[in-house]
Amino acid sequence: MLRRIAQKNLARVAGPSRARLLSTSAPRQADITLTIDGKEVTVPQGTALIQACEQAGAAVPRFCYHDRLAIAGNCRMCLVEVERSPKPVASCAMPAMPGSKVFTNTPLVHKAREGVMEFLLANHPLDCPICDQGGECDLQDQSMRYGSDRTRFHEITGKRAVENKDLGPIVKTSMNRCIQCTRCVRFANDVAGVEDLGTTGRGNDLQIGMYIEKTMDSEMSGNIIDLCPVGALTSKPYAFQARPWELKKTESVDVLDAVGSNIRVDSRGVQVMRVQPKINDEINEEWISDKTRYAYDGLKYQRLTTPLVREGNRFVPASWETAMETIRHGYLNSGARNDEIKAVAGSLADTEALVALKDLVNRLGSENLTLDSKLGDKPPTQSADIRSNYLFNTAIENVEDADAVLLIGTNPRHEAATINSRFRKSFLHRGAEFAVIGEKFDSTFEYEHIGTSPKDVESFLNGKGNKGFAKIWKEAKKPLLIVGSAVTETQDGAAILKAVGKHVSSNESRFLTPEWTGFSVLQRAASRAAAYDIGFTPSSSASSVKPKFVYLLNADDVDPSTIPEDAFVVYQGHHGDLGAQFADVCLPAAAYTEKSATWINTEGRSQMGRTAVPPPGASREDWKIIRALSEVIGNPLPYDDTLQIRQRMFDISPTLVRYDHIEKPSLEIVKTGLQLLSSLQSTTASSNPLKKPIADFYRTDPISRASVTMADCSKAFTKKQYEISDVDAQAQASFA
Amino acid sequence: MIRSRAITRSLPIASASTSTAAKKLPIRIAIRSLATVSDPPVRHYGGLKDQDRIFTNLYCKHDHGLKGAKQRGDWHKTKEIITKGDSWIIQTIKDSGLRGRGGAGFPSGLKWSFMNKPGWEKDPRPRYLVVNADEGEPGTCKDREIMRGDPHKLVEGCLVAGRAMNANAAYIYIRGEFYQEASHVQQAIDEAYKAGLIGKNACNSGYDFDVYLHRGAGAYICGEETALIESIEGKQGKPRLKPPFPADVGLFGCPTTVANVETVAVAPTIARRGGSWFAGFGRERNSGTKVYCISGHVNNPCVIEEEMSIPLQELLEKHCGGIRGGWQNLKGIIPGGCSVPVIPRSDCEKVLMDYDSLKDAQTSLGTGAVIVMDQTTDMISAIARFSKFYKHESCGQCTPCREGTTWMMNMMDRMVEGRAQEREIDMLLELTKQVEGHTICALGDAAAWPIQGLMRHFRPEVEARLANFHAKNGQTLFGGHLLSETNSKYAIPDNLGGDAIRNISQQISSP
Repeated sequence: MLRRIAQKNLARVAGPSRARLLSTSAPRQADITLTIDGKEVTVPQGTALIQACEQAGAAVPRFCYHDRLAIAGNCRMCLVEVERSPKPVASCAMPAMPGSKVFTNTPLVHKAREGVMEFLLANHPLDCPICDQGGECDLQDQSMRYGSDRTRFHEITGKRAVENKDLGPIVKTSMNRCIQCTRCVRFANDVAGVEDLGTTGRGNDLQIGMYIEKTMDSEMSGNIIDLCPVGALTSKPYAFQARPWELKKTESVDVLDAVGSNIRVDSRGVQVMRVQPKINDEINEEWISDKTRYAYDGLKYQRLTTPLVREGNRFVPASWETAMETIRHGYLNSGARNDEIKAVAGSLADTEALVALKDLVNRLGSENLTLDSKLGDKPPTQSADIRSNYLFNTAIENVEDADAVLLIGTNPRHEAATINSRFRKSFLHRGAEFAVIGEKFDSTFEYEHIGTSPKDVESFLNGKGNKGFAKIWKEAKKPLLIVGSAVTETQDGAAILKAVGKHVSSNESRFLTPEWTGFSVLQRAASRAAAYDIGFTPSSSASSVKPKFVYLLNADDVDPSTIPEDAFVVYQGHHGDLGAQFADVCLPAAAYTEKSATWINTEGRSQMGRTAVPPPGASREDWKIIRALSEVIGNPLPYDDTLQIRQRMFDISPTLVRYDHIEKPSLEIVKTGLQLLSSLQSTTASSNPLKKPIADFYRTDPISRASVTMADCSKAFTKKQYEISDVDAQAQASFA
Repeated sequence: MIRSRAITRSLPIASASTSTAAKKLPIRIAIRSLATVSDPPVRHYGGLKDQDRIFTNLYCKHDHGLKGAKQRGDWHKTKEIITKGDSWIIQTIKDSGLRGRGGAGFPSGLKWSFMNKPGWEKDPRPRYLVVNADEGEPGTCKDREIMRGDPHKLVEGCLVAGRAMNANAAYIYIRGEFYQEASHVQQAIDEAYKAGLIGKNACNSGYDFDVYLHRGAGAYICGEETALIESIEGKQGKPRLKPPFPADVGLFGCPTTVANVETVAVAPTIARRGGSWFAGFGRERNSGTKVYCISGHVNNPCVIEEEMSIPLQELLEKHCGGIRGGWQNLKGIIPGGCSVPVIPRSDCEKVLMDYDSLKDAQTSLGTGAVIVMDQTTDMISAIARFSKFYKHESCGQCTPCREGTTWMMNMMDRMVEGRAQEREIDMLLELTKQVEGHTICALGDAAAWPIQGLMRHFRPEVEARLANFHAKNGQTLFGGHLLSETNSKYAIPDNLGGDAIRNISQQISSP
């Protein structure tokens, strides 16, 4: 609590953030001009000197400084010379002063940095040949510039030795290499929100750790591996797998949640070796969740690599031709007409495939286009006609500006981990207040738990309560109401949305202004926004028809009871997961790293995923399979290449192919959408508690379910069955 | 008599010329004639009279409670001082020339005035005075005597200094080991609250002021002002980055000033007796009285309040009964606690105990803790012990200090034995330069200076020690490895001292 008070105080005090407290928009800071290495630069007031230097084109070496973390100023590598200052100055901790003259390339600076580098290397083991950080190690790189070619450290007492820590199945530690920059500590405390990591001991015995033996229970823990400037924290699953210079780097998009985190897929040959975050300030900043980062090994297991045709109780590998013919026969023999043809789209279906499948099914006369979520075979409660009713209208980067956040039936930590880190940020630095209606969860911010049931939602939004969050909510200048995607999957969805619609409409002046949209729906599946955007929803008449032909497109969460025994079922996807079990024919498709596809994230932002590795075996890109099938069935779709299908997507909605851009719904649209919600036909809200849709963060989709790493994580973090190993004993045994 | 004349003679001329108009009678009355120019009057410092002592119960001979304190003049007309307001108090302190007694010697009046920046009234944050009673520097034992004998001076000082900087409360951060001192201060605080001297409407002045005592847990680094603030906040005692300075963002994010016990405790007396009274002691820019604590090889180690600028030799002869075995037996003196460089006897005869004179002698007044070492002292071992202390007390936050203090300690430990290569002396000096000035706080500097002082004045002793070791054990390579223990099959690289050894063997082989 003390910490919070102090931090709030700091937030109130420290120059720039002071003005940004609560709901005032950031005023433009006055610009100041200073001279760096004889070059004049103009930067906003309050800029750190190191950033000003960067702007002037002067590279400043650093270990502890990271522009997304708090400033520690402890590595002393970024020392620069400032005129009229007797000592060299740590440029990361010094604000740029108007008119000052800074030198980054003088003998004094070099001497200071070389001195610091010598100290850093004094106790650093010469592990480079066996260190996974080799090739992307800040210490290695900077020692090339500031290090000596031979050491002066020959003490008979030897180098420092530090016990390794066991942080869990993801982070591998080699604490001898640690240079105590505390980036990991600051990340864990400020961004990940698990205040476990810290420093113990002092002086040369200072250690990074948890003091007690425990794992780092965070869904964001993998990021400390990226942050570590040396090889002290490396990746366990990736240990000794590859060197960075061997890897092909492909910039792509993550699909394991609906955030659409930007990633870089590092591959060697046909194998994805690792997934790294790619910086995108509007979405994931520099972070990705552990699932995004480590589920990639699931791409190797349980894969469908060849078409399979059911013969009795077993699947028999077949050629594409045979499989297609079998489907044609199955389709004709099933006698499916119109709405009896049912398509089900799962969470990993890309937009191209959705468009192609919808076109095909529509051409065959059916409107029975459903999703594999609960109630997904019914028309969506909120209606897909108005975009703002199913999108995260606030936009991810703006959530930090909210001063009061109400979460209904959602756990952002598991449904959108990188958005959750922004909540942590606004909680710590802006003093934002949070409240939750729904199942409680282990959050990274303090929240008031208002209730669990739809009834509680109704009574809260009808203005019950005048204390605590209820009071804050009524006075909030930028309130943010987030409805979880699971809400619409319950029978009470309509009642909740109706209450929400009424509440937001009656407080329009605060919720809906030209600068601020305070009503958002948080999706958790990568394909949902696209499915709603293209109208992949059943008509109300279609949803009551018993299907005879079912086409499962990546549908692995499908309710088995919705698939009739006698229907002919086709499964198209990349993993032999739940959906494939129902199939008469399985068609092997490409996973997200193996195809160039369009993904619409929860904000409605269209992004391009790129091919990093080829699809394995006989598998093919999704939309091409559907296109081929349409030919076999005798109703060919009118596009033959990627450009043409994207042209078709443009015809459906231009937003689908306006990449990296959000087409924000206008205020009028949002208001219309809310009126639609307010007038929903609904039963009275029940008092059945709202449930978290994700019970196990690490196992939500076919890829993560097939992943060994995710299984380990699930065991360690979800089930808390991790045995801390004696890391050093193992290491010693390997030398014995 | 002879001795005192010698002192007078040995006074540096500069000090005499910089002194203000003589406030005492000149020692020699010049007969003015046409042909003569009168010498500027030579002023002699030292010999503080009892009536000018501020701390009258340093030795705990009297009651340290409120009653005894009042008898000694504490809490006398405090209300008047308070009601005169912040600018009056600060001006008085500025006039008195008081400089911080914690070691850095920053002018106190100026420091306190940083709290009252234009528009401070509009700042809704509370404001704090933090008293640094974490006296942990080896050799220093002045604050504990003040807190044990005169705790009310400190509490009253908190009120006066707090009023000057418009603080709402004072935190006295006392070293955890000071149990009795903490009890006395707590007793004084309780008594003062009970008597209405502090708390709501302190001394009936209409000013509200609280005083809290906070006990530390025994880390030297918590004596650094920002580490101290962190420690009060309940965090690890690790110095903060400056800027922002505590006067902007300090304790709990509020404007804060950290001041030494002695600085705060002298404030009420200065306010009562006037700035010019205090400024009348000592040389210009070094005015006032000071509590010195003399330890080591003197006949009578003591804590004594004396005038600033008293010659070091006189301080020792007058109050400590001289050096054990006579002045000639003196080897060196550390004049300001373990973080300042040692000076040899020749310098000890010349220096005055004030900020500027000691700075000219390439050392510092520090806390006024005089550590005297006679010829029996192993100077290398003494400094090595300090290195061990700094290694132990480094917080480990920033690189040069974390790595440097350990490295320096290891090298010093070897030098005590003599187990080092001659060139390592210069390497050690280089290391101290690599640490000095590159750290977040001053602990890095403090760890570097004693070694620099040692090498400046006692280098021959170190070299002799090394030579002695080499004579016994043969050549020694860098890092303390013996040549005899190396495998003769392999060449010794130059960075291990190979070239130095080759030179020696060449010299031996070619006479």
